[in-house]
Amino acid sequence: MMATLLNRKKKVDDLAETAGTSLAADAFRRMSRSPVAIVGAVLVAAFVLLAIFAPFLAPKDPFVRYPELVENLRAGFVPGPQPGFLLGSDELGRDFFSRLLVASQQSLVVGVGATIVGLVIGMTIGVAAGAFGGWVDTALMRFTDILLSVPSLLLAISIAALFSRGSQTTVIIAVAIVSVPIFARLLRGAMLAQRHSDHVLAATALGVKRSTIVFRHMLPNSLGPVIVQATLTLATSIIDAAALSFLGLGDPDPNRAEWGLMLSKSQTYFDVKPELAFYPAAAIIVVALGFTLLGESLRESLDPKNRR
Amino acid sequence: MLRFIVRRLLQAIPTLLILSVLVFAWLRSLPGGPAGALLGDKATPEKIEALNKVLGLDQPLYLQYFKFLGRVLTGDFGNSLISGESVLTEIGRALPATIELSITALFFAVALGIPLGYLAASNKGRFLDNFTVIGTLVGVAVPVFFLGILLKIVFAQNLGWFAPSSRQSADIDATRVTGFATLDGLLTGEFDATLDALWHLVLPAVALATIPLAIIVRITRASVLDVLNEDFVRTANAKGLTGQVVRRRHVLRNALLPVSTTIGLQTGLLLGGAVLTEKVFVWGGIGSLLAQGIERRDYPRLQALILLGAAVYVLVNLLVDISYALIDPRVRA
Repeated sequence: MMATLLNRKKKVDDLAETAGTSLAADAFRRMSRSPVAIVGAVLVAAFVLLAIFAPFLAPKDPFVRYPELVENLRAGFVPGPQPGFLLGSDELGRDFFSRLLVASQQSLVVGVGATIVGLVIGMTIGVAAGAFGGWVDTALMRFTDILLSVPSLLLAISIAALFSRGSQTTVIIAVAIVSVPIFARLLRGAMLAQRHSDHVLAATALGVKRSTIVFRHMLPNSLGPVIVQATLTLATSIIDAAALSFLGLGDPDPNRAEWGLMLSKSQTYFDVKPELAFYPAAAIIVVALGFTLLGESLRESLDPKNRR
Repeated sequence: MLRFIVRRLLQAIPTLLILSVLVFAWLRSLPGGPAGALLGDKATPEKIEALNKVLGLDQPLYLQYFKFLGRVLTGDFGNSLISGESVLTEIGRALPATIELSITALFFAVALGIPLGYLAASNKGRFLDNFTVIGTLVGVAVPVFFLGILLKIVFAQNLGWFAPSSRQSADIDATRVTGFATLDGLLTGEFDATLDALWHLVLPAVALATIPLAIIVRITRASVLDVLNEDFVRTANAKGLTGQVVRRRHVLRNALLPVSTTIGLQTGLLLGGAVLTEKVFVWGGIGSLLAQGIERRDYPRLQALILLGAAVYVLVNLLVDISYALIDPRVRA
């Protein structure tokens, strides 16, 4: 008798505990138990740390053409691994391994930069459309429809081609524009869904200012899907940026270490050294996979359907 | 139904019109303007001004736009700066190659994706499901062009199973009828040409298919899982229908509705992916035209490709909407 009573009490306590946690805390708790989320988080953390400390980790100067490598360069041949040069030389006699490490910075800057630019523009459009409704909403959504009606890589290409010379900034802008309509539509949808919800109605009835309702009540409650999408966008941005530089729309500066560019440069040496293509590609895949895993598990753990 | 089609057709018109305004604006914001773009390296301020007069670029903007629109509607996109040929002729010649590649890729993606997604859903939580889900995540993370390069090294250069690049071997003297290499061989009875074309087609199509495949698998899986939880499936099982009948008539039929919409959305991905795949495999289709146009900044060609690419995308999605409404009456409202 006593045991069942204790058991029941524990059940009630458990219920009270889940009811008392916020969605964010609940999501975090669920993510910390999901192996997918942990793998994703570890990959992302490793990538960010690597990008920050790459200049200190690189065994050689990634921008110097080493004479001992340069003298062995021949048409259609690049020197392989040798003491001091872990992965051998690149096509100009520089240390491939050091360049591979330092290139992570480039991907981090482009990925994060493009996502932030896309987020800021997309969220501005989304908030305006969701908050005002009416013709503002119609006009803004027509605009996003147009952006969505151009296939994404084609859109990025046409934006990048607007600049006579590619650079890191032009790549960031081109990749960011692709994600603008997605963020805008997501945020607008989430905000519209709340317009007639009880807490907004209550705040309106209490006479809360409209801007306060939008920014304090509606916006924070709409951020879930946007955060998930932003994590996934980090992955696609890095891949898209690599694709742009593969097509020759990136920064043409040969000094810059960048995975997409390293990949396209290595095409010349496929027959002799396919691994030169493999390393930068593996780096892109691992980083993109890390962000995707993190984003997907975030989506799952933020889904109220999975809440117990 | 007719009203629905007419309404959707009318809705596509403003989208395409605004798109034409944007492309017009795009052309005007190019470095040096259209005249600068046409002249390329030879541009001097005097030459640009003279060409502006010839091209009518000194006229008011709205007049210029209507002229531009008129030319676009009559299919006049100007001449390519690289070949000097009419852009439309170039595109017409390259189009069959891209369509052949995209359709084969889409075929791979659908033929593999739907069964895989279905199998994963009906084994939810087990090894096969987890393996498939992880596979789709990796599939989306792999850059298309790298996958193309990898396939080329392994299956063409090392194993020699498939052709490394181009659409047909040089020593095959194929008669061109439709421009579709596989079809031409069948039409003219040159079966060796068809076989050769297929031998070339496999690797690029597989590379192009990966991302659509991953997406179709995921959507099918999610959709089947949704339908499995529906009341009508429980009812069907409860009234004693065999598992096979329930799966085919009740589950698969309803689950495939969202999948069909996704297939329409893949055209955009295929167009983008084709640019990269064609560059890797020297395919000589629309993607190669675009890649070459980017390298040499051939703006008349780029403009035509962007406008036509978007138009095709809008029209394909329109067709998907219509076919969706045909299958599912609830959408017509």
